[in-house]
Amino acid sequence: MTTAKQQTAGAAWWRRNQQTLTPWLFLAPGVLFFLVYVIFPIFQSFGISLYEWDGLGEPEYVGLRNYGDLYWEFVDRDAFFTSLKNNLVWLALYLLAIPAGLFIALFLNQTVTGIRLYKSLFFFPFVISQVVVGLVFTWFYDPTFGLLNILLGWIGLGPVNVLGDENYVTVGIIAAGLWPQTAYCMILYLTGLNAVDPEQVEAARLDGARGRRLLWHIIIPQLRPATFIAFVVTIIGALRSFDLISIMTAGGPFGSSRVLAYYMFEVALSEYGFRMGYGAAIAVVLFFIMLCFIAYFLHSMWREEKGAR
Amino acid sequence: MRSILKAALFAAAATAALTTASAAAGLSGNLKIFLDTSNPAPRATMEKMIADFQKLHPDLDIETTVIDREEYKTQIRNFLTANPPDVNTWYAANRMRPYVEAGLFEDVSDLWRERDIARNLVSTKGAMTIDGKQWGVPYTYYQWGVYYRKDIYEELGLDEPETFEEFKANCRAILDSGRACVTIGTKFLWTAGGWFDYLNMRTNGFDFHMDLAAGEVAWTDPRVRRTFMNWKDLIDMGAFIDNHQTYSWQEALPFMVNGDAVHYLMGNFAVAPLRDAGLTDDQLDFYQFPVINPNVELAEDAPTDTFHIPAKAANKEAAREFLRFVVSADVQTEINNGANLGQLPVNAKSSVDNDKFLNKGFRMLSSNSPGGVAQFWDRDAPAEMAKVSMEGFQEFMVKPGDLDRILRKLERARGRIYK
Repeated sequence: MTTAKQQTAGAAWWRRNQQTLTPWLFLAPGVLFFLVYVIFPIFQSFGISLYEWDGLGEPEYVGLRNYGDLYWEFVDRDAFFTSLKNNLVWLALYLLAIPAGLFIALFLNQTVTGIRLYKSLFFFPFVISQVVVGLVFTWFYDPTFGLLNILLGWIGLGPVNVLGDENYVTVGIIAAGLWPQTAYCMILYLTGLNAVDPEQVEAARLDGARGRRLLWHIIIPQLRPATFIAFVVTIIGALRSFDLISIMTAGGPFGSSRVLAYYMFEVALSEYGFRMGYGAAIAVVLFFIMLCFIAYFLHSMWREEKGAR
Repeated sequence: MRSILKAALFAAAATAALTTASAAAGLSGNLKIFLDTSNPAPRATMEKMIADFQKLHPDLDIETTVIDREEYKTQIRNFLTANPPDVNTWYAANRMRPYVEAGLFEDVSDLWRERDIARNLVSTKGAMTIDGKQWGVPYTYYQWGVYYRKDIYEELGLDEPETFEEFKANCRAILDSGRACVTIGTKFLWTAGGWFDYLNMRTNGFDFHMDLAAGEVAWTDPRVRRTFMNWKDLIDMGAFIDNHQTYSWQEALPFMVNGDAVHYLMGNFAVAPLRDAGLTDDQLDFYQFPVINPNVELAEDAPTDTFHIPAKAANKEAAREFLRFVVSADVQTEINNGANLGQLPVNAKSSVDNDKFLNKGFRMLSSNSPGGVAQFWDRDAPAEMAKVSMEGFQEFMVKPGDLDRILRKLERARGRIYK
């Protein structure tokens, strides 16, 4: 008798709170993994960055000394300064992928025989691995037999060793990175262009808008969601650039193509790296840089959702 | 004929070892071996050697894992702490210090007190010693030196240089003939470390070099600067190939093979790819790095590869037996011969294979290196200092005018790294 009553009580409670509980239940696995693999490691990194630890023995508490060392490296224009500077160059130049992707998408957004083939050819660099992209560009830049120097030779320009020159190396790697990133932005814009309202385009045409004005005032505003996503993925791609650097130069020549992500790997995990605390301190700095952008992204998404409601 | 004879000898030795081993009671259980010998020839050598050990101990269940040589350098930290094998390969000197200090390698001083090992491996004991104890055994080492194109020397009428001045004169003649004097690829930095080792050991001597590696000398010291000035002579002359900062050491080989460059300061492992690329022993030869300062004794680089027992190994008894087996004279002779590793055996009772380069190297290391034998810059200096300094060497080779700034940077790093 009592058990039956309890059962009905439980069922009633469930029925009352079903609406509020169900979303949390569905979210639970995701939240759990997010906590364990993202949130918890963030705090762990903060913790490790206060220690000096070779990853093997006992960690030694050093307070903020790792950050102090980073500061001095910055002042001395040492490795940390180079990495930070290169990160900024990456952020600025990598964004070129967005207009380039838009341009190619507009170019490919037509019905010609074989357009699917052209589209897939343009998308190809995004499908192949970054390692392959890095190798292809390494050969392209090769100072003795690379295509680039042969081409430069034709127009009478001297040989240039892109990956061996501290002034060109970062730009050279970014150019390699832009190849797949442009393809990615292109695909985002191609899907965006499918959603452009033909009636609005029609109406604009009737009003006499064409060419650049049509693009600027009618098409691009409608592509805003695609632009937003392209912006997000490109910024994040620029900040976590690592594989191309590792493949093409290993941070060289003499460390001039490092970025924060690569420098962190180098000090903490590479062949000669035994400074987990220092690596964690770099990770924390990188985290705060990313946080600025993430906060901005979240904020604008939140605003958009509020507007939609 | 010779090889058949040798095989027979080896078989005889193996049976001899078999009888002594079986007398010492059979080993049983599991023996997990982790190897970094991932290149085809060393891998085959190791597998053959382990198979021979298996034959001696049929009850032992041996499990071998071969890990890519570069991967291994980062994986070792994980497996020593989390999933230790019973035996693993590594390198001598400072390269093993982090693991020794973290208590991850077994102290094998007891093996080094055994008569055979104590007598026959004495030459490498120093490199295996940290804090007065030995932490592993060596299985092979190899000489470094100047490999050069003999046919081009003959064409230009040059002789092997005895002194640095003669070397520079040869370089000038070679440059005049439209070739580069020295090939090198510094993309992965360590090759520049080899040049620094030799220039510094020849300019300031072995002891000074070791003091510098130990952080006891300032990088801004005038003696260090003198080493770099000797280096600068070569750089200013244009002795090194252009764009070396973009090449790996393998990518620098074709310059030598095609006759665009004449010298290569390298370890003996460069001989195999040079031969594979078509250079015959008439075209390729070797000499000891020339004398710079006649007042210091000659010293050489001879990096030693080693076997260790992780502190958390499960079957240490079998692991010790394996280490004894690896360093025994006959096994050393066999695994280091030209058909296998093509390097020098560590055991004094072993014989060196009949190979021009191995014989020359063996003679050089055993009789003409009175100053001492170094392990190589990135094994003698602590990891962090090695990294920073080798980056500095590369930068110096590209921008020799920035020497002061580079040395100041290294001096700052020294202040931070050695406490």
